[in-house]
Amino acid sequence: MEFFRPTSLAEACQLKSEHPDAVPLCGGTDVMVDINFDRRRPDALLDLTGVRELYEWSRYDSHVRVGAAVPYTTIIKELSADAPGLAIASRTVGSPQIRNRGSVGGNLGSASPAGDALPPLLAVDAVVETVSATNRRRIPIHEFFLGPKRNALQPDELIAAVHAPVAGGPQQFAKVGTRNAMVIAVCSFSLALHPDTGRVGTGIGSAAPTPLAATQAEDFLSAELADRWTGPAELPDDVVRRFGELVAGAASPIDDVRGTADYRRHALAILARRTLTWTWAEHIRRAQ
Amino acid sequence: MQLHVNGRLHELALDNRTTLLDALREHLGLTGSKKGCDHGQCGACTVLVDGRRINSCLALAVTLDGVEIRTIEGLSDDGALHPVQQAFLDRDGFQCGYCTPGQICSAVGMLDEFDQGWPSAVTTGGQPAALDAGEVRERMSGNLCRCGAYMNIVPAILDVADAAAGRSSA
Repeated sequence: MEFFRPTSLAEACQLKSEHPDAVPLCGGTDVMVDINFDRRRPDALLDLTGVRELYEWSRYDSHVRVGAAVPYTTIIKELSADAPGLAIASRTVGSPQIRNRGSVGGNLGSASPAGDALPPLLAVDAVVETVSATNRRRIPIHEFFLGPKRNALQPDELIAAVHAPVAGGPQQFAKVGTRNAMVIAVCSFSLALHPDTGRVGTGIGSAAPTPLAATQAEDFLSAELADRWTGPAELPDDVVRRFGELVAGAASPIDDVRGTADYRRHALAILARRTLTWTWAEHIRRAQ
Repeated sequence: MQLHVNGRLHELALDNRTTLLDALREHLGLTGSKKGCDHGQCGACTVLVDGRRINSCLALAVTLDGVEIRTIEGLSDDGALHPVQQAFLDRDGFQCGYCTPGQICSAVGMLDEFDQGWPSAVTTGGQPAALDAGEVRERMSGNLCRCGAYMNIVPAILDVADAAAGRSSA
C-alpha cells in the first residue's frame, strides 16, 4: 500500500489527480474500520492530517465555512451559536474518542445515509466546497448525495469545506438508537427554523438510500407558520401532528437489523414533532 | 519513523498499515493498551494524543509523527499512581481489568475536557457547573465494561472530579 502525506491542499490535490484511487484519510474513524477488518484494501492512502487548512473554520458574510477535517469536538465547542443543528448532532456522533478525530468531511465523503452531520446540513441548505488540481466547485448539499455511499465527488476531487448560513433561528437534531454512544442511528431528523426568510428546513437520516429533505413537510410548515412568526404562540396540535406525518411520508426506509421500515416511519414522525415543539418553544422564548 | 511515547522518543521501522495500537503493543512492548474490538466500539485501546483521548486502533502510527502520546504506562509519576488510577483502586472500579487502562486514560482526557468547559450531549444550557453521574456516564460512553463495573467506575471518577474541585463526596 502506498502512503502519501501531503502538507498543503495544493499538494494533496496534485497527488489525488495522479492517484485517483487513493483513499483520503483524516481522523480514520470510518476508513480504519474497513482496513482493520480487511474489508477494504486500498492501493494508496492519502493522509490529510498534515494539511492544516482543512482543520480551520471561519466566518464570512453571515456564513460559516467549516474545513473538512475540523473535528466534531471543535464544532461542539466553537460553532454551537452559528450552526446549532450541526453542533447538537455533533455531540451525538460516535463516542468522545471518535469526536476528537472524526469530521464532517468524513461524513460527506462516506455519504452514508446514517451520517449524523448530514441531516442538519440539509436543513440549512449547506454547500459542499470541493477542490481538485484544476478546479474548485460548490455543490449544493441537496445535489451531493447520489445513492447509498455515493456522492457527487469526481475521482480527482477532495472535499475542502462545507458552507452554512449563520443560524437565524432555532435548530434541532434528534435520533433513535439502542444506546447513546457508538450506534448507527435507526433514524434521525433535523429541523431548522429560518424566521428571516419565513421558511423551515429539514433533513432525514437513516430512512432512505440517501439523507434527504422532507420538502412537502417544509412547504406545509412554512405556510402554517407564515402568520405566526411575529407574536408567536403555541402551535395547534393538528399542525404539529400533520408535520410529523409528512416527514414520515417523505422517508423510504427499509427493514434491516436495526429496525423495520414501519418503526422508522413511526419514530420519524415522533422526532419531527419533538424537534418542532422544541424549536418553536425556543422561537417563542426569543420573541418575548 | 519516530514515536514520542510517555516522554521517550522511539525510532521505529513500521509497515505503514500499522495502527498506533499495534505499534504500542507489538513493537514497543507497551501492552497496557488493550485490543478489544479493533474498530472503535469498546474504548479499551484509548490513549492520549497531545492530551486528547483517541481510539489507538483507529489511528495509523505513521500519521502520529511529532505528537506526544501517553498510555496507561505513562500516567504514574515516579511510582506514585495518577489520581484516577488510585481512585479506581479505592473504589474497586473493575472486575477483570481488561477495559481498565482504556477507562482510566479516557477518564483523564474527559476530566480535562470538562475543565475546558466542553459540553456533552446531556449538558443543557451553558457551561456545566459540576460533573454528576449522568454527565460522567455520557462522557465515558465510549468505553465499555463487559463485567459491568460501572457502579464503581462512575464513583471513582466523581471522587477525582470532586477532589479537584475541593469537595468531598463521602
